[in-house]
Amino acid sequence: MTDAITTPAPAASGNALAGANYLNQERGLRSWLFTLDHKRIGMMYLVSILTSFLLGGIFALLVRTELLTPTKTIMDAKTYNQMFTLHGAVMIFLFIIPGIPAALGNFVLPLMLGARDVAFPRLNLASYYCWVGGAVLALVSMILGSVDTGWTFYTPYSTTTDTAVISMVLGVFVLGFSSILTGLNFIVTIHKLRPEGMGWFGMPLFVWSLYGTAIIQVLATPVLGITLLLLALEKAVGIGIFDPALGGDPVLFQHFFWFYSHPAVYIMILPAMGIISETVSTFSRKHIFGYRFIAYSSIAIAVISFLVWGHHMFVSGQSNLLGVIFSFLTFMVAIPSAIKVFNWTATMYKGSIWLAAPMIYTLSFLFLFGIGGLTGLFLGSLATDVHLHDTYFVVAHFHYVMFGGTVIAFLAGLHYWWPKMLGRMYNQRWANIAAGLVFVGFNTTFFVQFVMGAKGMPRRYYNYLPEFMPYHVASTIGSYILAVGFFIAAGVLLHSLFRGKPAPANPWGSATLEWQTTSPPPTENFAVTPEVGDPYDVERFQYDASIDGYVVTRGPLAAAAR
Amino acid sequence: MPPAATATAGDVDTLFHFILGISAAFFLLIVGLMVLFVFRYHRGRAARPAPSSSHNTALELTWTIIPLILVVVIFGWGVRVFLDINTVPADAYEVQVTGQKWKWFFTYPNGHVDENLHVPVHRPVRLVMTSEDVIHSFFVPAFRIKRDVLPGRYTKLWFEATRSGEFQVFCAEYCGAGHSDMLAQVIVHEPGGFEKWLEQEANVLAKLPPAEAGARLYKMRGCAQCHSVDGKAGIGPTFLGLVGEPVPLQTGGPVSADENYIRESILEPQAKLVAGFQPVMPTYKGRLKDQEITAIISYLKTLQKAH
Repeated sequence: MTDAITTPAPAASGNALAGANYLNQERGLRSWLFTLDHKRIGMMYLVSILTSFLLGGIFALLVRTELLTPTKTIMDAKTYNQMFTLHGAVMIFLFIIPGIPAALGNFVLPLMLGARDVAFPRLNLASYYCWVGGAVLALVSMILGSVDTGWTFYTPYSTTTDTAVISMVLGVFVLGFSSILTGLNFIVTIHKLRPEGMGWFGMPLFVWSLYGTAIIQVLATPVLGITLLLLALEKAVGIGIFDPALGGDPVLFQHFFWFYSHPAVYIMILPAMGIISETVSTFSRKHIFGYRFIAYSSIAIAVISFLVWGHHMFVSGQSNLLGVIFSFLTFMVAIPSAIKVFNWTATMYKGSIWLAAPMIYTLSFLFLFGIGGLTGLFLGSLATDVHLHDTYFVVAHFHYVMFGGTVIAFLAGLHYWWPKMLGRMYNQRWANIAAGLVFVGFNTTFFVQFVMGAKGMPRRYYNYLPEFMPYHVASTIGSYILAVGFFIAAGVLLHSLFRGKPAPANPWGSATLEWQTTSPPPTENFAVTPEVGDPYDVERFQYDASIDGYVVTRGPLAAAAR
Repeated sequence: MPPAATATAGDVDTLFHFILGISAAFFLLIVGLMVLFVFRYHRGRAARPAPSSSHNTALELTWTIIPLILVVVIFGWGVRVFLDINTVPADAYEVQVTGQKWKWFFTYPNGHVDENLHVPVHRPVRLVMTSEDVIHSFFVPAFRIKRDVLPGRYTKLWFEATRSGEFQVFCAEYCGAGHSDMLAQVIVHEPGGFEKWLEQEANVLAKLPPAEAGARLYKMRGCAQCHSVDGKAGIGPTFLGLVGEPVPLQTGGPVSADENYIRESILEPQAKLVAGFQPVMPTYKGRLKDQEITAIISYLKTLQKAH
């Protein structure tokens, strides 16, 4: 790059805010909209999905507020049904599925591989615009008379309701392409763009988890696409596939839908597990414990996740034999997750634990994902699932996994890579306060839902029996605490953009390659070819007070610096 | 968990508490270690990490195999109880269950249809269930049973109540605006009480004047879910002041709501749709007898607007 010579060199700490970086090397709206730089595409994804998260969160608060009283509080039944549907659809399809892979993964993956970009930069941009297209269709649906089917679109309800199911379903169809393209891109990138010296077992575990995720995205998403297309066809032209009135089979829809949507929960949780593998090692100042078991378990989860979809249908009338098989496979998928939890805990042993915001979120993750995973045992077991199915117990379980797991890990990752992405440090104290509020608010909101569910409170209820009111009130209060926590977290990060200290290249002392370039990185990612080593040998990085960051103490780069 | 009221509910609860015990133990182990490590190895106390191995195959295999054994136990136990829940005893008393937005109907062997499920205590009861429209799910928390109710096929469920009383029925599969109002009660009668009740109910319509019988049918057979009698439009038009008045149709032109129009609208709801309403009403052909329709019409005639 010629302008690298004319712009000032990065500071000694490795901060490049004053020098050339991907944020300032090109300017203007067009340079963003048509960019092929994975970092800029990642940032655009980040802004987009955070906007979706805000929207989905507002729907959630409206739902929780309505549930303050056993009868009407602020809206009628139909509006309530639309609100919980939109909450689910926006959070799942617009936020969590693309959340970690497309926003954080896009930014970090090539950097972790010491690469210039992903394998197919144009496909990467196309994936982003598929997301935008899908989001626009979903918005159109909200304006036309939003869907009231629940995010699962179960037939024949979805084919007979008068709300705008078709545009929402087409939106999800297009969003699916965004997901497939990202997955395809990542698979090729990981196969072809690893640097000299980085074998499969030299890759960071976040890369392993993105690889597992990408396999699911590529293989499962087409099934959802076809299913939703069939649904739209049935609704628009009356072809009988799912509606028994037309000769179809409503349970077939459930099989098709969960064939995607169960693996999809691993699209959500696998990359989250990858983030935790990075942060727990860095902030314990220890090598990750049991690298190979964690890597293999990501792939095991990706494979087994395809074979457990029927556990959503234990009471649907499927045969007992199917129930037994799906229950068994469901328990098998629990094992790799358990291995990871044990390994993360063991990583902290004899470490030097640093309670920075990413680590607070990591510890929250272990706590919440622990509860989420263990309550899965009640639901995987056939006899207890019969009672708990479609109650608040399930709502609590998947929020503990998806929110307590994925969203909390996403926040850990966001706080972890924020200095790298934007070149600024945020206020540690306030970031920790926000993390604490999120933890307290989350548990207040969702723990009581386990109790309600076990007592028999069904989900998706607008009116409920008065005996459940105390639990609902506690849950709603928790959701408000959660909202305050998020606003503080957002405020802390936004504040850092203007007032934050310039971040050094390696503020946390991590050993993965993205920390060897400047913060923020230049467009071409690395000015000097990064030195490939053990991605978890964090102990060779020592704190240097003169730059308020970490420097390498062993290896060729350290020798060159001396 | 609500107090158990069937023969199998206790088995489900035992398993539930077994899983709860295992979960609590693992949770306390993980969180306990986590808290201990954070406290013991906080960088305020441990400025530098101490050397320790970064993997240990024996240890890792241990924490793979022990959970594996435990989940296989939970799996096997769950299957055993599940099969008990799903294996219907041969001598069970059969009741037909129909789900329809947003009401349950229970049809007894003598033809009586009720809005609540009445059963004798200590006798296995078999439910044969189907839906008139979308998917519903029959859920009785006190019995720990649940099964989806599908259009176009039959699903089955059984239970044996071990004590008398009233137990809540919920619809557990989302089915639209009135989903959370699709409630009913299971009324478990003392020995001998059920037969007496059924005998009495079977003859009640014949003993009542038609308009009163119609009012009862209006409430019991699902008309009330969509048609009000106070003038407010719901999912369907109100019944207040309907008989004899002109009704605007979607196809244009009003029609007079006489006896024949009402009869036709009950048997073929989509034939003459009232303007401004969706074609969502299921047919009652084969579900209401002629004299029941006559009784409903007599009742509608009593619903005149106050002048």
